[in-house]
Amino acid sequence: MIKLDKVSKKFGTGTFGLLDVSLVVEKGEFVFLVGSTGAGKTTIFRILIRDVLPTEGTVVVNDWDVVHLPKNKISSLRKKVGFVFQDLKLLLDRTIFENVALPLEVTGVKIEETAKTVEDVLAQVGLLEHKDKFPVQLSGGELQRAAIARALVLSPDILLADEPTGNLDAATSWEIVKLLSDINKKGTTVVMATHNADIVKSLGKRVIHLEKGKIVDDQVHHSHANPHKDQNSEEHEEKSEEKKLSEAKSSSAGEKKEEKSSSTGEDKKE
Amino acid sequence: MSFTKTAWKNIRRSPYQALAAISIMTLTFLAISFFTFLLAGSSKVIDYFESKPQVTAFFKNEAKPEDITALQSQLQATGKVASVKFVSKEDALKIYREQNKDDPLLLDLVTADVLPSSFEISTIKIEDLSNISNTLTKSPLVSEVVYQKDVVSTLSAWTSAIRKIGITLIVLLSLVSMFIMVTIIGIKISQKKEDIEIMKLIGATNWYIRWPFLFEGIVYGIVGAVIGWAIATAGLLYATPFLETFLKGIPVLPVSYLQLLILLGLEALLAAILGIVSSYLAVLRYLK
Repeated sequence: MIKLDKVSKKFGTGTFGLLDVSLVVEKGEFVFLVGSTGAGKTTIFRILIRDVLPTEGTVVVNDWDVVHLPKNKISSLRKKVGFVFQDLKLLLDRTIFENVALPLEVTGVKIEETAKTVEDVLAQVGLLEHKDKFPVQLSGGELQRAAIARALVLSPDILLADEPTGNLDAATSWEIVKLLSDINKKGTTVVMATHNADIVKSLGKRVIHLEKGKIVDDQVHHSHANPHKDQNSEEHEEKSEEKKLSEAKSSSAGEKKEEKSSSTGEDKKE
Repeated sequence: MSFTKTAWKNIRRSPYQALAAISIMTLTFLAISFFTFLLAGSSKVIDYFESKPQVTAFFKNEAKPEDITALQSQLQATGKVASVKFVSKEDALKIYREQNKDDPLLLDLVTADVLPSSFEISTIKIEDLSNISNTLTKSPLVSEVVYQKDVVSTLSAWTSAIRKIGITLIVLLSLVSMFIMVTIIGIKISQKKEDIEIMKLIGATNWYIRWPFLFEGIVYGIVGAVIGWAIATAGLLYATPFLETFLKGIPVLPVSYLQLLILLGLEALLAAILGIVSSYLAVLRYLK
């Protein structure tokens, strides 16, 4: 389903976003991708939808050789891989319904024929009553659901969710994770990047731990299992990271972007 | 079609840009229509003068009919003459009466005796005019020779000047309108950069992104062409009565509606090409 073989990504600055990463995700799996900012989570996602090309290595998604994919097939790949972006990337001048319908629209399906599909997906994420509202009228959790609905509307085989709980409170985060888990139960492969240690620990799924572009750990965490020492210190780190994030958020958006890209060197989108 | 809807939304949301694009297109096609009318009209005027008796030779009163017939055969023997028409004194009077029918005073004064008989001669080639006119001047029967070489050559010079000015102006305006269109479509693409990026990330093909912009260019072109054509045509129709008086019997006007519609069709086609080329340039430039 997803296979990365010795994948490296070197950025223009000379730093490595990913270094010799190999991993396999089977069909129907639910996998967490954890690690601090700049560890390479988003880079893996961007490589999987061919938003960026790896410097080395082979990437296979759904039998597609992503690296050597002809340009005119990129859109087909992206229609098969649902992506919940970290910054959601909803179009602000369109209603929730129109946003969720967008992938169908770009596929060339007529609006009238999309209505049923879109409403089903909106019902699945619990947003049907908000379908005619604009993104600015919704809460953070609702927007996250809208982004998930958009990623799901083409019934993709794979769903990539980049920090879907990043800006949400604990209760809302749990709802989102439950939603993703339900989607997974219906057969969709889900890869979720997060640094919310609580969620990772209690769900008992496979966790791939990235640090500085390398996989440092790849195992199934059982629920209620005692997290070892490293995990604790990591959790601590994560918290301070979150603190930093909220600090950055209170300063201007432009500054935030700059600080991010220079400090992480990983991804301007973060 | 969803791309027409998207294009329409783009136009509606930035009316001043749309206005600028349509204005420059209107100006371009106004110039094209205007110069088309002018050139078509002047070439008709030239045709008229060229096909009309170009040399008129007035005979002396004492010229005998058999001498005149001999002169006619002599002229026809040169092979340069398309037609020779003899206008007798009575014919001349008829023409005179017709021309001055509104002025009884002038009619009373003139009788057939006063008017000379004449030859109205047209040549096959315009260059032979002076040759024929020389022959006629030398003839003892002829009192005066009038020929329209001057009229035709002046008109030809004017027409060629108008054509040069027209073509230069049209080419310049087309280029300017293309640059403006490329800029406007480019601005629109830049404004929607984020939307475009998002659509690409969720699987939109390049053509899905491009079509609305290309369609927008076509719309600007065609709307501009129709407005430009309409203004020029309205002006022409309004001026037709005055121009008819001015042109006195030269059959230039009225222009048939079919010809006007053909002009509109050609202009719309040209506009669509201009629009699509400009927006494609913009798309190549701003959408990678």
